[in-house]
Amino acid sequence: MNFFSLSSKGKWEDLKKATRPRLKELKFSFNRIRKSPLSLVGFSLIILFALIALMAPYLAPPKYPHNPYQIPRYGYSATPKPPSQTNFFGTTEGQYDIYYGVVWGTRTAFRIGFMVVGTILLIGIILGSISGYYGGVVDEIIMRVVDTFMSLPTLILAMALVTALGHSLDNVMKALIIVGWPAYARLIRGDILSVREEQYVEAARAVGCSDFFIITKHVLPNAIYPLLIMASLDIGAMVLTAAALSFLGLGAPVGYADWGQMISFARNWIVGPPGNPLAYWYTVAIPGLFILLFVLGWNLLGDAFRDILDPKLRRR
Amino acid sequence: MEVRAYIIRRVLLIIPVLVGVSLIVFAILALFSPEQRAAAFITDIRQLRDIRGVIRSHGLDAPVYVQYFNWLKEVFHGNLGWSKTAQRPVLTAFFYFLPNTVELALFSAPLVILVGIWLGTISAVHQGKLIDHLTRTGAIVGWSLPTFWFGLLLLMIFYGYFRGLLPPEALGTQAGLLVRSEAFTRYTHINTLDALLNGNFFIFFDALRHLILPVITLTVVQCAMVMRIMRSSMLEALAKGYIATARAKGADEKTVVRKHARRNAMIPVITVSGYLFALLIQGVVITETIFNRKGLGWWWARAAVNLDVPAVLGSVIFSALIFVITNLIVDLLYAYVDPRVRLG
Repeated sequence: MNFFSLSSKGKWEDLKKATRPRLKELKFSFNRIRKSPLSLVGFSLIILFALIALMAPYLAPPKYPHNPYQIPRYGYSATPKPPSQTNFFGTTEGQYDIYYGVVWGTRTAFRIGFMVVGTILLIGIILGSISGYYGGVVDEIIMRVVDTFMSLPTLILAMALVTALGHSLDNVMKALIIVGWPAYARLIRGDILSVREEQYVEAARAVGCSDFFIITKHVLPNAIYPLLIMASLDIGAMVLTAAALSFLGLGAPVGYADWGQMISFARNWIVGPPGNPLAYWYTVAIPGLFILLFVLGWNLLGDAFRDILDPKLRRR
Repeated sequence: MEVRAYIIRRVLLIIPVLVGVSLIVFAILALFSPEQRAAAFITDIRQLRDIRGVIRSHGLDAPVYVQYFNWLKEVFHGNLGWSKTAQRPVLTAFFYFLPNTVELALFSAPLVILVGIWLGTISAVHQGKLIDHLTRTGAIVGWSLPTFWFGLLLLMIFYGYFRGLLPPEALGTQAGLLVRSEAFTRYTHINTLDALLNGNFFIFFDALRHLILPVITLTVVQCAMVMRIMRSSMLEALAKGYIATARAKGADEKTVVRKHARRNAMIPVITVSGYLFALLIQGVVITETIFNRKGLGWWWARAAVNLDVPAVLGSVIFSALIFVITNLIVDLLYAYVDPRVRLG
């Protein structure tokens, strides 16, 4: 918005004029979303999960108010019990309530996704900007560190880090942050390198704008879309990796509402008693379906963002 | 000239990466207490009786940089410590577990590439049609699939519901005994290959039966990725001028798709094959754990759960080495296929 054109009498008119093209773009974006059924599914899934996470205390009132993430137990027998009046989705090994676990597990999933991806976005943007904008020795050092991290398979490094830091959900998140930031730093650096040579950046420099101002006002807004797309896809991927670590027994403590751990509870109940081999299907199927749909939602959303936000693709 | 310069530069670039990897691994090691670290320096479990002695003799209470070079020296001598989960020194354990994993990779990697390219081509050629929507939806669902859950579902159906049709583990009881018997020579320790070399089809089919589910589990996620990349690069290739030229000169659609478009569209798949390899290593950890196949992934997962420090560090070192080498090969291959890379 042009700052200097605001006159005293027609501020409102000016504001309307200035926002009109933006509104038009926003409408266009919504139109694109409406026309693609897959992105609609993605948006609905995420909204549904967000509602579940927000409404968790009402959907599944906690038994231990000071520690709502602890799944309540209905007895101590090992054998899972099928869905009933008290337990909508049945109970898993050790009589942990599956319904309560998946509802509160939604909060855990959102927390993992937002915390991890938010932090790596921040680290990636800061280091990537420094690296791309200043170049030289700083760039060389940061990029060699990035190369090193990216030459290690994510899950293996995360496993090693969690082993070293101690088995807990917080440490899983820390490990995923350490593993995840380099890809972002590299992406933002590449974008900045290509934007840096643009004329408008040169013009801003000629006018005497500070480096910080140029990076935040000119360079980043023009390089941010690929990053947002990647972030959306990565929320799904990080939740998936965290679930895998929990499944292996490296994540949340026993009885914590976490989807990955709930599937590891089900591992001993793959095969039912003779004559009814699928007797315990609910212990495996239900928590897994929650992970699948959550990750699918973010992936569809990421794809939708790619079509909508990327200026090179949006008008096709 | 340029080719040689490119190769030399690419090979030299490995050195800082390997130094970096060693620093990362050492940093992880430094997070443990000296007592836990001691295990990374011994070759025999009996040495643990005198744990203070091990700490002193390996300078585990010395300044950090001294410890780093000490540790590096041990690694270069092939001493990666004793793994309590494998009950062997780490290096021996690596070669002990390797064949089962290699077998899994040998069966799944070609499947990933072939099926991924095939589906991607179909989807692109029929863009906007029903089959395109189906494969695309399938790919994005496959990409979102939690591997461990998918594997368990497969076990539930094919092991539980169909009464042991496709069981877990690497071999059945009888075949397992036969493999260890004197009559069976283990050339490679890869079950299917050894069975063929021995001409023993009972063991071959038994091993194959145990391979089907892990291979499917491992393939689905990677296949989804190859398919998506292949589809977009195929669409790009089909819009090129030379396709119009080929059509104009009267080439039939099959030739246009197979010879003109697909060959060029396959280049991006080569680029991501290094990444596919990382996916493979990660997939192996989950898959082998679910199906109880005693391979590298199974060992590493157990090591991480049981705080087996040397094995965990070994997993990082081994996977980094393999990954770095594969990426080098991929890059050189890419430069060979696409001249723009080495000249640019």
